[in-house]
Amino acid sequence: MKVLVAVKRVVDYNVKVRVKADGTGVDLANVKMSMNPFDEIGVEEAVRLKEAGKATEVIVVSIGPAQAQETLRTALAMGADRGILIKTDAEVQPLAVAKLLKAVCDAEQPGLVITGKQAIDDDSNQTGQMLAALWGRPQATFANKLFIEGDKAKVVREIDGGLQTVEIDLPAVLTTDLRLNEPRYASLPNIMKAKKKPIDEKTPESLGVDIASRLKVLKVAEPPKRVAGVKVPDVATLVQKLKTEAGVI
Amino acid sequence: MPTYKAPLRDFRFLLNDLLNIQNYGNLPGFAEATPDMVDAVLDGSAQLMEEVIAPLNQVGDLEGCKLDNGVVTTPTGFKAAYKTYCEGGWNGLTADPEYGGQGLPHVLGLAMSEMMTSANMAFGMYPGLSHGAYEAIHAWGTDEQKKLYLPRIVSGEWSGTMNLTEPHCGTDLGLLRTKAEPQADGSYKITGTKIFISAGEHDLTSNIIHLVLAKVPGGPAGIKGISLFIVPKFMVNADGSLGARNGVMCGSLEHKMGIHGNATCVLNYDGATGYLIGEKHKGMRAMFTMMNAARLGVGMQGLAVAEIAYQNAVSYAKDRVQGRSLTGTKDAGKPADPIIVHPDIRRMLLTIRAFTEGARALALWTGINIDLANKHPDPAQRQAADDLVALLTPMVKSYLTDAGYESATMAQQVWGGHGYIRENGMEQFVRDARIAMIYEGANGIQALDLVGRKLPTGMGRLLRRFFHPVEQFIQENVAGPAGKDFVMPLAKAFARLQQATAYVAEQGLKNPDEAGAASSDYLRLFALVALGHMWAQKALVAQAKLNDGAQDRAFYETKLVTARFFMERLLPDTGSLLAKVQAGGRTMMALDAANF
Ligand SMILES: Cc1cc2nc3c(=O)[nH]c(=O)nc-3n(C[C@H](O)[C@H](O)[C@H](O)COP(=O)(O)OP(=O)(O)OC[C@H]3O[C@@H](n4cnc5c(N)ncnc54)[C@H](O)[C@@H]3O)c2cc1C
Repeated sequence: MKVLVAVKRVVDYNVKVRVKADGTGVDLANVKMSMNPFDEIGVEEAVRLKEAGKATEVIVVSIGPAQAQETLRTALAMGADRGILIKTDAEVQPLAVAKLLKAVCDAEQPGLVITGKQAIDDDSNQTGQMLAALWGRPQATFANKLFIEGDKAKVVREIDGGLQTVEIDLPAVLTTDLRLNEPRYASLPNIMKAKKKPIDEKTPESLGVDIASRLKVLKVAEPPKRVAGVKVPDVATLVQKLKTEAGVI
Repeated sequence: MPTYKAPLRDFRFLLNDLLNIQNYGNLPGFAEATPDMVDAVLDGSAQLMEEVIAPLNQVGDLEGCKLDNGVVTTPTGFKAAYKTYCEGGWNGLTADPEYGGQGLPHVLGLAMSEMMTSANMAFGMYPGLSHGAYEAIHAWGTDEQKKLYLPRIVSGEWSGTMNLTEPHCGTDLGLLRTKAEPQADGSYKITGTKIFISAGEHDLTSNIIHLVLAKVPGGPAGIKGISLFIVPKFMVNADGSLGARNGVMCGSLEHKMGIHGNATCVLNYDGATGYLIGEKHKGMRAMFTMMNAARLGVGMQGLAVAEIAYQNAVSYAKDRVQGRSLTGTKDAGKPADPIIVHPDIRRMLLTIRAFTEGARALALWTGINIDLANKHPDPAQRQAADDLVALLTPMVKSYLTDAGYESATMAQQVWGGHGYIRENGMEQFVRDARIAMIYEGANGIQALDLVGRKLPTGMGRLLRRFFHPVEQFIQENVAGPAGKDFVMPLAKAFARLQQATAYVAEQGLKNPDEAGAASSDYLRLFALVALGHMWAQKALVAQAKLNDGAQDRAFYETKLVTARFFMERLLPDTGSLLAKVQAGGRTMMALDAANF
């Protein structure tokens, strides 16, 4: 079984994100970029499947600018076998990504596709679900545990207020949640080997996919700054203020 | 708790733009070291150091190592972190591929060792000493010895130590008493007491390979009769499996000022089985292979601790509000301005930074020359690089640790009283950095090595390896656009170095005490010029990048400001150092010991 993992290059989770002065987006100049942490979990899960003899090949795919190649190399250093870079400098929205992944699925025929439940830049939480629909295959989102049993997968999902176990037919789409696993540190020999692993370059045009944006960003703004609080003398004042000033009770 | 971020941007600048390591693709190991590979390797190791090794630094300091009935336990977390480090293959970064290493350039090894030491100096010493043992066995061991020991040292399964010091002999190894008696089977029985042995006993590895200096009875007296032996903690069978416990035991652990996470052991050898490595009575030669590597490693410790101390001083200086800026309020929203507005705080921060970044350049330049000395196809080039490394080694060891310690106390000063409080972690840096000035040849001994051994070698041949390129650099660039700001100050300091050198050579010939009296100031003067040479080159590169419209402007502009600060605020010390050198040793030698 081939496992396909989608990995996105995003602003590193340690970076304090700043909004561009003109409000059109986030300032990316000289900002550290890394693999989306949920995708790292996806790569780890796929590599573990391979180590356990459940997967035969781990393919990682990224959609983005030339530098997304570094993200693919990181995944290859973690143990993925080969990469596919769908190169575009345009903004790609979840639907376009799902269509591109669908095209890759048609070509590669994977038994399992893993995406993160969301990317930490736009937090859309849509790509995996849209892909499953376009591909006409089952989905198990927010995975907390995964067991492959023949041509089925048992997936424990994180849902509001608890865990839910579902069984789905393969091929299927899985989206990772934070607690699925703890990604490994890439080893030095694997970092060096990663350089020799193949990365296939494609473009949206070569896959025949229209990636035109369907959503328009009106404005990007920083969340309002926290203002200083006030100390209230007693509970009665607090309740009163919550009622009259905050209007929450 | 202090935090650490590896200075990856600066490494990239030094390796790619200053040292141009991509130009050495014809050397073994360098073909792989393309900029993107170097990035990936540094990123990967930085992540490990920042996330796994650094968080154990304070734990290690507070807990220390424990000895119970000969068994040493390292602080909580060290064992697991060591396992992660070894499983990642990091221990073999520069090691020979024949023994399981990755064979990457030494210069990258130095970069990683800086990061590991910043993250956790006490932890980094365990692999650090193994590396020294690796070097000695690799250079002097027989094929069997190499096959038996190296793969497991490279993988990190076993560790190494170096055993020189005894209670009555530290600097003067000629006084050594540990005895090695030849046995019928060709092995030796080693008996004696070694003290202060770093990583001498611990629970990180299944075996420890001690490299021990001892005397074979009947040999020449003093330093000429010393031999080097391999003494494993557990005997090693021909297939590499472990046999009986050898007769070497940890008698006690030292209670010490810093590096609590590293076990400093008294090792008692009681008829332990040892195997000669290298020639009998020529042990010092083999030992020096190990010591030269170790001296650079210790120099990196000074730099590395200064780096993390700097990072945490900067974050505190931006956060701590106290007083108002002399030129008017800078942050009206706060009851006072952050202390980074004060010139004196900036003086301290920039002094550290001008040192660490200059020192990093010097260290990596030394590193690339180690690679050239080991790997260049042309013997003349190998010799030239080897000479330069020999010349620079005492400076890297001594100046980087002296200034590293000064930097650590300056960073502590930025924290005011809070820097004196244990929980905040700044005083640990001061305590940890202190040892680097002492071990691996106390800094005074390094100065003697420079003046007494390195200067006279080949009638100044080593010296010329440094003087000629500096002269050439000055001539080529002094009239250029950066000449006035960056090359003239270097030229002035270099002239002082030449004067000091002439003085030391002349007076030293007449009276060796004069050379001894001048040595420490001379070494510092020399090291400042070496850093000045690096800073001038960096300034030129940074200026060129800015002229070319480089993206990362803030980085290059900061380089230029820091370079200027070095030229204006650190390099002028060469003036007073020259005055001290030329003052001679009269007063030093005047008093009778009774009058001290
Ligand atoms: C924490 C720690 C870890 C250590 N780890 C190791 C280890 O792993 N292996 C090991 O073998 N040793 C180790 N050492 C020992 C260390 O290398 C020695 O302490 C050091 O070499 C100095 O020797 P000494 O202490 O005997 O000082 P001494 O040799 O007694 O020197 C005292 C002072 O006199 C000066 N001096 C001595 N001789 C001269 C001279 N001829 N000219 C001018 N000045 C001179 C020295 O510079 C020094 O300032 C360690 C020590 C410590 C504290």
